[in-house]
Amino acid sequence: MKLIFEQNVPGRQGFKLPESDVPVNASLDSKYLRQDAARFPEVSELDVVRHFTRLSRLNFSLDANIYPLGSCTMKYNPKFTEKAAGMPGFADLHPLLPQLKGGERYVQGALEVLYDTERWLGEITGMKAFTLQPLAGAHGELTGIMLMAAYHKARGNNKKYIIIPDSAHGTNPASAAVAGYQIISVPSDKKGGMDIAKLKAVLTDEVAGLMMTCPDTHGVFNSSISEISRLIHAVDGLMYYDGANLNATLGRCRPGDVGFDLVHLNLHKTFATPHGGGGPGSGPVGVTARLEKFLPVSRVVKRADGSFALDYDRPDSIGYIASFYGNFGIILRAYAYMLLLGGDGLKATSDHAVLNANYLMHRLKKNYQVAFDRICMHECLFSASRQTALGVHAIDIAKCLIDQGIHPPTVYFPLTVKEAIMVEPTETESRETLDLFVDAMIEADALARTNPAAFHDFPRTMPISRPDETKAAREMNVNFFAPTA
Amino acid sequence: MNPYIANTEQDVRAMLGVIGVDSIDALFADIKPEHAPQSFDLPAGLSEFEVMERLRRLAASNTTVLVPFIGGGYYDHYVPAACGAIMSRGEFYTAYTPYQPECSQGTLQALFEYQSGICTLTGMEVSNASLYDGGTALYEAMMMAIRVTGRKKIIMDGGVSPIYRKLIRSYTHNLHIEFMETPIVHGQTDRAAMFSLIGNDTAAVIVQNPNFFGVIDDHADVVAQAHAAGALVIASVYPVALGLLKTPAEMGVDIVTGDGQSLGLPLNFGGPYFGFMATRKAYIRQMPGRIIGETVDAQGRRCFVNTLQAREQHIRREKATSNICTNAAVCAIQASVFMSLLGKQGFRRLATLNLDKAEFARQVLQKIPGVEVKRSSPTFNEFVVRLPSDAADVVEAMIPRGFAAGFPLGRYYPGLENYLLVAVTEKRTKAEIEAYGVALAEVLG
Amino acid sequence: MDIVEHYLYTKEHEWINIEDGVGTVGITEYAQGALGDITFVDLPHTDSEVEQFEQLTSVESVKSASDIFCPMSGRIIDVNDKLSDDPGLINRSCSDKGWIARIEIADMDESSNLLTAEEYSSYLESLDRNGVVDTDE
Repeated sequence: MKLIFEQNVPGRQGFKLPESDVPVNASLDSKYLRQDAARFPEVSELDVVRHFTRLSRLNFSLDANIYPLGSCTMKYNPKFTEKAAGMPGFADLHPLLPQLKGGERYVQGALEVLYDTERWLGEITGMKAFTLQPLAGAHGELTGIMLMAAYHKARGNNKKYIIIPDSAHGTNPASAAVAGYQIISVPSDKKGGMDIAKLKAVLTDEVAGLMMTCPDTHGVFNSSISEISRLIHAVDGLMYYDGANLNATLGRCRPGDVGFDLVHLNLHKTFATPHGGGGPGSGPVGVTARLEKFLPVSRVVKRADGSFALDYDRPDSIGYIASFYGNFGIILRAYAYMLLLGGDGLKATSDHAVLNANYLMHRLKKNYQVAFDRICMHECLFSASRQTALGVHAIDIAKCLIDQGIHPPTVYFPLTVKEAIMVEPTETESRETLDLFVDAMIEADALARTNPAAFHDFPRTMPISRPDETKAAREMNVNFFAPTA
Repeated sequence: MNPYIANTEQDVRAMLGVIGVDSIDALFADIKPEHAPQSFDLPAGLSEFEVMERLRRLAASNTTVLVPFIGGGYYDHYVPAACGAIMSRGEFYTAYTPYQPECSQGTLQALFEYQSGICTLTGMEVSNASLYDGGTALYEAMMMAIRVTGRKKIIMDGGVSPIYRKLIRSYTHNLHIEFMETPIVHGQTDRAAMFSLIGNDTAAVIVQNPNFFGVIDDHADVVAQAHAAGALVIASVYPVALGLLKTPAEMGVDIVTGDGQSLGLPLNFGGPYFGFMATRKAYIRQMPGRIIGETVDAQGRRCFVNTLQAREQHIRREKATSNICTNAAVCAIQASVFMSLLGKQGFRRLATLNLDKAEFARQVLQKIPGVEVKRSSPTFNEFVVRLPSDAADVVEAMIPRGFAAGFPLGRYYPGLENYLLVAVTEKRTKAEIEAYGVALAEVLG
Repeated sequence: MDIVEHYLYTKEHEWINIEDGVGTVGITEYAQGALGDITFVDLPHTDSEVEQFEQLTSVESVKSASDIFCPMSGRIIDVNDKLSDDPGLINRSCSDKGWIARIEIADMDESSNLLTAEEYSSYLESLDRNGVVDTDE
């Protein structure tokens, strides 16, 4: 498809601006002015609408396709939450209003949304207090590690290391490193859990804490979690809960009750806010009572008279971690989702997410090697090792599924399992849809045994197939106006 | 009842049969009684209608009827209807990160176009596919400059948003980075103070244009001085102003960042917005965030992919250029729609309207007795006025008259309690501006 | 697999060719095969000093980034500039034209810490036998 810039016809404009109604023709000294106008495309409104509509049709999306993506919780995004976020009383609200004198009275509704969301997330996770400011999951991780650092500093602790399981998402080590810590990686045992003996071997007084998901990225709930917490706390380390997998345990287990001191959640996973083709997300961080004083400013508080306010006077706070109060539009969607589901609806969410994952695992285990043959939580992990022996890799199976209208599962993650295929169906998919996925996977396995060479051409039904990523990385053509090749 | 779960009781029984267990509870056997929740006390669920009614009430208790003259980096620009219409397509907003290029060409091409738009706007060679927001983008640019130069001293211009400065201070608290802040003089960068600080140990000089006080500057001389010492220059910019203003590239700036809110996004009480970042091609491997690149597929067809991923956390883990994963893709695409609708002529015209309306407002306000309009340096669509009394009180008194009159600088600058920052966008009419002047005169009178 | 008889090797799959006190360093066939199409070589700076088995540079492919370690200590006297424009040279000729750097060797005795071609061949065979951790058990 042509780029929008390639549809340029000088003289066209897709938006009508107002005529100036002020008797002024301001001029600036030419030294402050640009030489040439930005080369935005000159196109009509219809050109723009058609262009982007056609582009949109080149995408898979949750509204049209199943996304059984491990560790990403691609569940349905309810439509009413979009409508709620568009209400002018929220969408047109300026973030600096509450910073005017007495300004909180102009944003009471917005502050109530933030206050209730913090409280409910606290109840869901067993945490004393939450900040909603982190703008994505990894941003929540960084905030959490900064809170850890503030805790250790206040205690006079000399800490250098963060322990992370080898099955962890790449953001965990990256966030800890950005916050100034060194990483110790701990391997998994044969059942997919953290190897406790190996954890003990690396545990010293210089360990600041441990970051993990629970269940972990093998889809396994670690029954030793209380013991791990005791070991970490024994060296005055803190337990950090990466909420990527919270969709497995709503109403079944709260991180705060099994020894975690800090959590981050992904509202764009568990709480059904859209992924937006990569963002925006929202990564609230919750903490136990002893860490509350370190939370970033501002804090949303409820006054004795029932009104809401923003408190910036927190001397122990780590300070500002975002410009304002978080991705409010995303938080609002999650709030609406929680209001609709209530406690029972949230618990049912995990029940059916886990049911769907186990159903898939059992239906596929004859055809695909199961990484850990046991009950799984909300996601199940396979290895394409049998198919690889025939010359068909996980990526080939992924590309084959695309032709069936199925977004591929997560492949090659976690790094602990060769040719990994990680499947998270979520609670929002029906049994018929799960069966379609299973059938497609079984067909792929059959084809691997009869005609492995066929996979090299997949996908066949998409506008493109198997792009040359090496060429992209070598030539670095990332800007239409400066082609490099 | 949960309308987002399709399984019926019959489905559940059949599925449990396939699994070989007799209840859903049995699937949670790994969660021992000792792990059970000590509490899970949440409100009962509501119907969609009830939720919407509750939200309508909450929305109504927010004040969005004031005529806004408040900016501070976040502006009341008009969002064309086509922006919202295109972005309400589920094919964009319910899509996943485009790791599978064959079924994500829509997102990928749109983001490539976005990158190209940011490049032509700023004059820079390369852009990433968005970061969280303007503040975190500036922090990331600073960390990038530290990696590029191998130095740890940062010189921050006093005109950089105080919110951004606070944020950067929090992030770098434990990282042993040396900060120096230089004052502003007549609203602009204090050259003498800044040049005396730039040395062979300087990683970067950070400036903002227009700065927090709305003042325009040409930082070409700052760039020359910094480059002579081997330091980089980072500029945080306001994209709408670049419809007219000298580009960061024309000044020789190395890394450009900014907040994208003004490019077609609603104010949203602080987010979601997006941050943009553009730089020289030579530094592309040190740039954080996703980057979309053009290539061809197996049959030679032009297409787009995530590229240079070896910089990113999912490959390089603790050695990545940043921990960022999720960005603000759909907001960036909305901005690309905005830039396309306005086009080359419209975008320049938008900037001119902002400039003219702000100049008219300055003329109106300076006629009010007791109001002093700062005129020593040029401004774009935001400017500082000195009032005869505390600006916070004046703004409070203006609210019953229907105006969000501006942002009192005393909030972030002790000693500037009588100063007010006033923003005027293309949406403000002559009548509104004159009424604002009348109301202000009354309040001060 | 292409293993040059008179080169010395590391277990991290780098090679060094020592001639008149100067060592030419590159990566082995095994390493380039594991990396896939190389997209970028972060060339080290000439005149900088490196220690034996410390990081010399890193190379990137589409889906990976790998550190390259220096087989022996010394001062870098030359780097292969051709790799800037053509990183794929390593894929095409890893043992020869795709060399990465030349170092002035500081301590010849360090060569005793390296594998001979024969030892490296046996090492590769042992890797194939034990494989990387597999879950098929």
